[in-house]
Amino acid sequence: MALKLTPTRVVAAVVLAGFALLPLYAEIVGNSFVLSLGTRILVMALAAASLNLILGYGGMVSFGHAAYLGVGGYVVGILAYHGVTSAWVQWPIAVGLSAVVALVIGALSLRTRGLYFIMITLAFAQMIHYVGVGLYDYGGDDGLTLNARSDFGGLPNLDSRPQFYYLCFALLLVALYLMYRLVGSRFGQVIRGSKSNDARMHAIGFPTMRYRLAAFVIAGAVCGLAGVLLANQADFISPATMHWTRSGDLIVMVVLGGMGTLMGPVYGALTVLALEESLSSLTHYWKIIFGPFLVLVVLFGRGGIAGLISRWERRK
Amino acid sequence: MSMRTLFLAGAAMVALGVSPALAQSEVKIGFITTLTGGNANIGQDMRDAVELALDHMGRKMGGKPVKVIYEDDDQKPEVGKQKAEKLVQSDKVDFVSGFIWSNVLLASAKPITDAKVFLVNANAGATQFVGAQCNPYFFSTSWGNDQMPAAMGELMNQKGVTRAYAITGNYAAGRDMVQGWQNAFKGQVVGTDLTKWPDQLDFSAEISKIRNSNAQGVFFFFPGAHGIQFITQYNQAGLKDKIPLYSVFAIDELSIPLLKDNGVGVFQTGPWTADLPFEANQKFVADFKKRFNKVPTFYAAQTYDAINLIASGVAGVKGDLKDKEGIRAAMKKANIQSVRGPFKLGPNQVPVLDIYQQVVEKAPDGGYQQLTVSTVLKDSVSAAASACKMQ
Amino acid sequence: MILFIEQILNGVQIGLLLFLLAAGLTLVFGIMDLVNLAHGSLYMMGAYFAAVLTKLTGSFFLGALLALPAALLLGIVVEVVALRSLYSRDHLDQVLATFGLILFFNEAAQLVFGVAGMTIPLPEALQGQIQILPGLPYPTYRFVVVAVGLICALFLYWLVARTRVGMLIRAGASNREMVGALGINIARLYTLVFGLGAALAALAGLMAAPITTVRVGMGENILILAFVVIVIGGIGSVRGAFVAAFLVGLLDTVGRAFLPDILTLFINPIQAASLAQGLSSMLIYILMALVLVVRPAGLFPAPGR
Repeated sequence: MALKLTPTRVVAAVVLAGFALLPLYAEIVGNSFVLSLGTRILVMALAAASLNLILGYGGMVSFGHAAYLGVGGYVVGILAYHGVTSAWVQWPIAVGLSAVVALVIGALSLRTRGLYFIMITLAFAQMIHYVGVGLYDYGGDDGLTLNARSDFGGLPNLDSRPQFYYLCFALLLVALYLMYRLVGSRFGQVIRGSKSNDARMHAIGFPTMRYRLAAFVIAGAVCGLAGVLLANQADFISPATMHWTRSGDLIVMVVLGGMGTLMGPVYGALTVLALEESLSSLTHYWKIIFGPFLVLVVLFGRGGIAGLISRWERRK
Repeated sequence: MSMRTLFLAGAAMVALGVSPALAQSEVKIGFITTLTGGNANIGQDMRDAVELALDHMGRKMGGKPVKVIYEDDDQKPEVGKQKAEKLVQSDKVDFVSGFIWSNVLLASAKPITDAKVFLVNANAGATQFVGAQCNPYFFSTSWGNDQMPAAMGELMNQKGVTRAYAITGNYAAGRDMVQGWQNAFKGQVVGTDLTKWPDQLDFSAEISKIRNSNAQGVFFFFPGAHGIQFITQYNQAGLKDKIPLYSVFAIDELSIPLLKDNGVGVFQTGPWTADLPFEANQKFVADFKKRFNKVPTFYAAQTYDAINLIASGVAGVKGDLKDKEGIRAAMKKANIQSVRGPFKLGPNQVPVLDIYQQVVEKAPDGGYQQLTVSTVLKDSVSAAASACKMQ
Repeated sequence: MILFIEQILNGVQIGLLLFLLAAGLTLVFGIMDLVNLAHGSLYMMGAYFAAVLTKLTGSFFLGALLALPAALLLGIVVEVVALRSLYSRDHLDQVLATFGLILFFNEAAQLVFGVAGMTIPLPEALQGQIQILPGLPYPTYRFVVVAVGLICALFLYWLVARTRVGMLIRAGASNREMVGALGINIARLYTLVFGLGAALAALAGLMAAPITTVRVGMGENILILAFVVIVIGGIGSVRGAFVAAFLVGLLDTVGRAFLPDILTLFINPIQAASLAQGLSSMLIYILMALVLVVRPAGLFPAPGR
């Protein structure tokens, strides 16, 4: 890999460097809210990255991806409620359960295609949402406040905002690297080939269903991890996190950032959340700006942000 | 576009980061309520009350100018929580008030009280904060969710209702209400329905069940727009005169003009009515009507009291906002001209209040008005209050 | 027994309203291959138009009658301005763009019509009850909804099965390119179908409005149900939408009506009511998942798909 300074790489480096330096900036300016916002962006970037694997690269439009955020978050919340706060116990269970749920949903849904796939993933997510609503003892529709964050028994201390922030940043970097390796491998090629023409991949001899299901499970597990982080960041988890509109938010992030690109989910999460924050402080009716903005991006912004960067790169 | 987007994002973050370091020369109050969506009219009413309260006190507290930052919770707990964090960490407010919904309050309270900022709740009745989770930084000018229903149970006993049906939305406040009512109601509960909240708008199935039960009365809790829908559909089914409705929070000055004739004859117990005879109330209602061309709701009344309570706290320390203990002591004294008349706070820093029976009648000008009929409970305290360990 | 009949009627009424909404959605998706999330916004705008026009004219009938062409116009404008460019895009782009439209419509409605929401008062004639059976008074207005719904269903059947336009619609659902190749003005057909869908959505909205009041966001909740209906029924099939809407409406009502009582046998009433509500919400999605597992293209898929 030659170290060519292409715009794609430069922008990626600048953005990642910006994230790395944010805690320093927050310290100087004395504003911890910026750090909270930054943590939230990192966590959503992780969730978007997991969705990007199946949506961006694999063409599987899952409208139920936010369910895994909920599964991961609720495992942490429920265990904390019962006094189990050790991260070494909570986190593997959360990620594992997310993987199992993804396995079940994937096995049933991946038989369908197109709008039917969208609807059946939405249906499963809604079912999980209503399970959350029915959890009477754990707050039901009003959600569950975490009385304590996950405890690693030393470092990293999640109650320290900078430490938590860097943990999320590190996990995001690891996930992005894993995506990079995965997509470049034969596994990734099968997934991408299956997106453009599944019949052809089948004809070549790949059992595409198994590959796609594996990708689905990996995406679900990573999103479950994002859910764990989200619950810790917000000290709160509620069924609203699993509503289909939240899955829609994730899809927006992936598409806006640039589907099927490595940094796309990061750009998407950053843009959506930063826009939400800045627009909502301008006016309470910010959705009236955001709505048409979304429409315009879809109509004219082919390939999202990453796509624009690479188009600019090609023009140079 | 990418560069511009990145720049926008960066600018947003800079804008968020740079907060004026003039925190001490003015009193900053954050106000979290619902300003968009189907129940935005409630938030608007509360906002109007804040403005009126500030105008009545010359927009100064303890000699310092007051700045209010309004935030929209979109009726979602996690949005309310994010706004609470922003107000406390970025805008560095001295007080946070507002809160219509219990679930939003439940999610938002921790960041506020953890940062040692005073939360003066103006409506949400989550009993956690009235009882076990009471907190030196949590004040309320409203009540616990079980109190109005308990008064209604008492009223239904007084009226000789022996068989009743209960219906509300399936969320924490709804369940609290039904539970509170059931504890006080001495008759037989012939049916209970919890509807999908907030999605369900059509109550035909439940109303059919009510019609086929042998209930003598229906206790229901549906705030805001749901209340209007339920009452309208109930009357369309012809049940209005057959099985009377007993409500809490459904009839207020916002729903009365929309309900028109449908609101007449519905029994209700509530903490405040526009016709209460206290001097502060007369002034409040008259000025509100003159300025905003509508009668205030109890949401607005409680908000008016909340702003006045904050002002009493600031006045008590002569504007020295760093003196948290002093502010707390001053607010505990509850030395305000409340629209509810004599006003005092319990040891849990939540009001001890009278609960009235209310009724809607046709007004002489052709419209409708809500009137006080009688006092059902005097000096009511939530059942949860005993769990509060504060003195 | 009376209660059972009454609940069936409730389910039928809900089902027919759902059918009105779903019919437009399935037509638009079937003919134009367009996933239109903003269909719920058309439902809402129909209700708002009717509310405003009823206030202006003083009559609900007039208000409703005038609201329909207004909604038709709005639908055509939306189609020409915003949706034309989406036909060639993939479903994801359509979902996102129409999602953006929802956000826009909701905030715009709030700015234009105010935050308070509106009610539509029913004329005296419709406020009472009809004795369908001895001992079963049923709200007159809901009966009217059932009647209008059935008339619309019959009209749609006639349109799709017995007219030339209907033939084009059915052909377009099976094979769009062929229809274009045969010389039919596809653009005009699309606009017509979309307008029809918008009018149906608006009709559903204005019929629901006297029952549920008019407020911002009223379309979203029922939109998801409409999508579930068209997936169960088979995309592009009005007949499928009809059957599926009935199934969904009945399932929802029966679940709400009888589950709490069944569960109260095992647990205390408040917990039973809470659990029952959660379960009955899930039932519809379970039904859809079951249907898709057995018939992945829905109950009555358009032939050739």
